[in-house]
Amino acid sequence: MKQKFPLFLTGAALILCAFSSCVQVKEYQKNRLNDADMVLSSRKVQKNELNFQTYREGASGANGGKTGGGCGCN
Amino acid sequence: MKKLSLTVIGLYVLLLHAFSQNAAQDTVIYKSKPLALEEISLVSSYYSQDGNHSAVTGGIGDEHVVDLSNGLDLKFVGWDQSHNKHTITTSMGFDHHTSASSAYVSQTGASKTAGTRVYPALDWTIENEKGNSFGFGGYYSTEYNYQSVGLDFHFTKKLSTNAELSAKFSGFFDKVKMIYPSELIPKSTVIVSTSPTYYTTASGRRVSLSGGGSSYNTHEDAIPSSPRNTFTGSVSYAQIINTRLQASVMLDVVSQSGYLGLPFHRVYYKDGTDVVENLPSTRLKIPIGARLNYFLGDNVVVRSYFRYYQDDWGISSQTAELEIPIKISPFFSVSGFYRYYTQTASTYFGAYKTHTAADTYYSSNYSLSELTSNFMGAGMHIAPPKGIFDSHLNALDIRYGHYTQSTDLSSNVLSFDFTFK
Repeated sequence: MKQKFPLFLTGAALILCAFSSCVQVKEYQKNRLNDADMVLSSRKVQKNELNFQTYREGASGANGGKTGGGCGCN
Repeated sequence: MKKLSLTVIGLYVLLLHAFSQNAAQDTVIYKSKPLALEEISLVSSYYSQDGNHSAVTGGIGDEHVVDLSNGLDLKFVGWDQSHNKHTITTSMGFDHHTSASSAYVSQTGASKTAGTRVYPALDWTIENEKGNSFGFGGYYSTEYNYQSVGLDFHFTKKLSTNAELSAKFSGFFDKVKMIYPSELIPKSTVIVSTSPTYYTTASGRRVSLSGGGSSYNTHEDAIPSSPRNTFTGSVSYAQIINTRLQASVMLDVVSQSGYLGLPFHRVYYKDGTDVVENLPSTRLKIPIGARLNYFLGDNVVVRSYFRYYQDDWGISSQTAELEIPIKISPFFSVSGFYRYYTQTASTYFGAYKTHTAADTYYSSNYSLSELTSNFMGAGMHIAPPKGIFDSHLNALDIRYGHYTQSTDLSSNVLSFDFTFK
């Protein structure tokens, strides 16, 4: 079955557009960027969710979680 | 003339006074700060799953699983004489699960259904005043049928005040215990060599005979294991876009070799013959992911994640995830999330009774099948400045999610994260 929706291409386009419009942000302007909900990583509380997704799906990696090995999973 | 002279003298005196202060000598001597416990984190999850495509019974059995996972992290922080920050994180993980399909490793359903995994880890990271860091990590995991040793090296470099580059290289050196389905264990055989003599029991144990003459000494070896090695190189780049927007891109390259299947997974051929699944001894995976987080207005954050994955087993997949935290107050937020996932089937996957003896590689593990999944739920984050109820419990996260897959598998997961400072 072909992928109907190029999700990653959509996301990649959004990211590239964002990177192309960077401005210099000073330290005192980073109050919103330093918020706990703005962290560029999975939350600690998601750790075991990432594990079960690795066990039940064929893909893994690129999210700070397991990439393979370390457990009896593929 | 007198007024002018007095004015000039007055100005001269003021000028002398301005330069008459001696600069105070800095008498504070920088001292290193020893390692001290800075944070304790406990993450616990309850996971319950149902389905009917268990790989243990060839893709048609009960997949009911209950798992209780716990992870305790202790973070120690200190500074050395060179103003470098040392962070040592010790972790201990403990998982206990029950799996309905495990009973059918034995053809009669008499095998154990419960299992426990213990996995400690240690990480040491050194960060300088510029924010650049490097570190080393070690990991060990043990459960009845699987042991793993892991090592990693990682570093982070600030490219500017608004950009950061990170890399991590890791290796896992695993052993898979060769526990076969009961009807597929090698029958008793006698292998005669010059010395010693070995034979295999019906339970799969290898027994050696030594000595000679009219009596033998026996020594029972453990069930043999096969190795599995995984090497990963990861690179990520994070960039602040503006005062409300930041993004990152992550790339992994994963190479696996060794025994990559599981010896208790059955496959049924079209003629009804059952065999142990057989998968290639190498696998190359390349996932690439991206995050984009935006602070909308004063109280709403938009967190997004995208991933494309490709491997040489024929699987390609796409992931899209969106989470919207809403700040009820500066230290209390609630969020809703949704994740969509879709993948193509592996070249080696076949459903129950679709493979034949002519196939070189074969598996009926539905995690390798064509599938889509939906995962949605909600969470909350509480982190008052003086701790919850003025205690050392600095932050609490609670998160619930419901997961469904097009293979008729569904699950629920409830997680807690307690952070103490």
